[in-house]
Amino acid sequence: MPIQTRRDDDGQTLVIRIEGRFDFSTHQAFRDAYEHGDPDIRYYIVDLSDTTYLDSSALGMLLLLRDYAGGDSARIVIENCNNDVRRILSISNFEQLFNIR
Amino acid sequence: MDDSVAEHNSSLRILIADDSDSDRLILKTLLKRLGHEVLDVANGLDAVSVFQQESPDLVLLDALMPIMDGMEAARQIKFLAGERLVPLIFLTSLSEAGALARCLEAGGDDFLGKPYNRIIIEAKIKAFNRMRLMHQTLSDQRDLIRERNRQLTEEQEIAKRVFDNVAHSGCLDAANIRYHASPQSIFNGDVLFASPRPAGGMLIFMGDFTGHGLPAAIGAMPVAEIFYGMANKGFNGQDVLREINQKLKRILPTGMFCCGAMIEADFKLNQAQIWNGGLPDGWLIRPSGEHLALPSRHLPLGILSPDQFNADFERVGAAPGDRVLMMTDGFLEFSDSAGNVFGEQGVTGTLDRLAAGDHPFDAMMSAVHRFTGTFEDGDDLTLCCLEMMDEAGLSTLPDRAAPSALAGPAEWRCTYEIRERTLGEFSPLPLLLHICMEVPGLRRKSGEIYTLLAELYNNALEHGVLELPSEWKHSPEGFGRYYAERNRRLANVEGHYIRFTLHHSLKPDGGRLRVVCEDSGQGFDFRNHPSVASGVSPAMSGRYAGRGLLLLKRLAETIRFHEQGNHVEIVYDWQFARTAENRDD
Repeated sequence: MPIQTRRDDDGQTLVIRIEGRFDFSTHQAFRDAYEHGDPDIRYYIVDLSDTTYLDSSALGMLLLLRDYAGGDSARIVIENCNNDVRRILSISNFEQLFNIR
Repeated sequence: MDDSVAEHNSSLRILIADDSDSDRLILKTLLKRLGHEVLDVANGLDAVSVFQQESPDLVLLDALMPIMDGMEAARQIKFLAGERLVPLIFLTSLSEAGALARCLEAGGDDFLGKPYNRIIIEAKIKAFNRMRLMHQTLSDQRDLIRERNRQLTEEQEIAKRVFDNVAHSGCLDAANIRYHASPQSIFNGDVLFASPRPAGGMLIFMGDFTGHGLPAAIGAMPVAEIFYGMANKGFNGQDVLREINQKLKRILPTGMFCCGAMIEADFKLNQAQIWNGGLPDGWLIRPSGEHLALPSRHLPLGILSPDQFNADFERVGAAPGDRVLMMTDGFLEFSDSAGNVFGEQGVTGTLDRLAAGDHPFDAMMSAVHRFTGTFEDGDDLTLCCLEMMDEAGLSTLPDRAAPSALAGPAEWRCTYEIRERTLGEFSPLPLLLHICMEVPGLRRKSGEIYTLLAELYNNALEHGVLELPSEWKHSPEGFGRYYAERNRRLANVEGHYIRFTLHHSLKPDGGRLRVVCEDSGQGFDFRNHPSVASGVSPAMSGRYAGRGLLLLKRLAETIRFHEQGNHVEIVYDWQFARTAENRDD
């Protein structure tokens, strides 16, 4: 599976980990990853340590997650981006919307 | 479909060709008993002609027959069947491998050995019928896809023409703009618009919608409408961007947005203002080859709500000959045969190697060309280069057609005053221009009218109300300071107003527009101001830097100052268009 999810120890954080290319082909899997409606989840971590590539439809998917998680009040961390991925996120100035570390 | 399959399963139309009457009769009886319709002939020639007339579903051919043997009949039948799969089974008592192989080479699909075995015959006919139906289904689906694809291409072609009419009404073909956009760029989600500004200068927008195809194209239409509509009316880049953003935010689903950049070029002030939200770095390139990155500093359009959206432009000084280059990320994603991408290194490398005199547009295009080796179809990129120029060198844009001077308001007067903080938040120019443009005779002169209004307004605001010394603008450091100070003071305006009074009347040969602009500022000593007195030397001191005043003098019939210099009156005359100018486009 290119997308894996797990709950962090506190039970309130959902960690979504994407392997390989994060693009339109992962659309459904990415949505399934967070749309299971667990009411305890309050924080999201998108772990991109194994993500090699990210395109604009992935940016769109991140925006969908942000909307799902409450829009401006969403608490989402994007972490472990490689340089290419980081560059795409920063060209689009996504650090204004997400906590990228 | 299911019905016909069931029908085919139960009953096939089968052609038998065999010169042995007894064998033919046995086979015919057997097949009829299995529920099939049987056509029977005694030689290959008849087989071919019956095949042509009756188009059977399956053919059973004896290999050896008089007049025309099975091999030749098989060849002709296969040829006549064309794309249709008509299973062809040889009936033979031959057992020599070479002879059997020739049957298959002639187009046969299988053999049935004589004497006949009822069970084998039934099984083979069923098997070949399955194959026939599968082939039929695949062919039907292929035809359907082909037809759908043709429809889609046709629809896209029409959509593209509609879009071209909307999108290319601007000035992309101006002498100082070079661009490359693939013919189908709209379905890649790329858009490129350019419009002259009524006040002079140009506005360019480049956008890249997420996704491809129709969804990406749909968002482009309102953006084109907003861009051209507002740019024509004299709105500045900030206002246009805000409008585009709020429109896209409203109509696009979450997850879809538009990376974009806007360039507002002012050839009078020799400056370019750039807003980049999500596109790759833009570049300001001097004639010497020296270049400056114009990176994305904003989120793409259609993501943030209007109150969060930041439409702050980056302001750079740009003299005639300087060029601004923008591209969509399709440009960076070009790859060579080994899968390496052109990328930012490709762009910066090309710019670093620019020699004085090289045109960056040509350099960039040929660099990509060299990099990919091939560069024909599927070029999914938009590249645009705007050259700054001397305003005088810009060929005047075609006048609008001169409409009948009898339509529209001719005798009218209005006063419009803006006060206090509104001075910093709202430009009255589009509104005032709009009022003037109701007069058909003035419509052809929208550029001049806008310039007059803009000069009056900016002088009243910056020098009258805000008391900014224009000489600051003459040094690069002062330039920044001027605009920083302008913003600071605008935020703290108190007890001020700017009042426009417009008065239009008809004359025998045309009309006269009188514009009075008053402000609440200190005014200036116009009686001793060199520009006012002599009208020649653009003095670099005082309230008017010279350029603006000279422009007003050139465009207007008269210009008069009243009170302490904070009350300016200009008169602008227009003539009925002569028939020669009455061209319509």
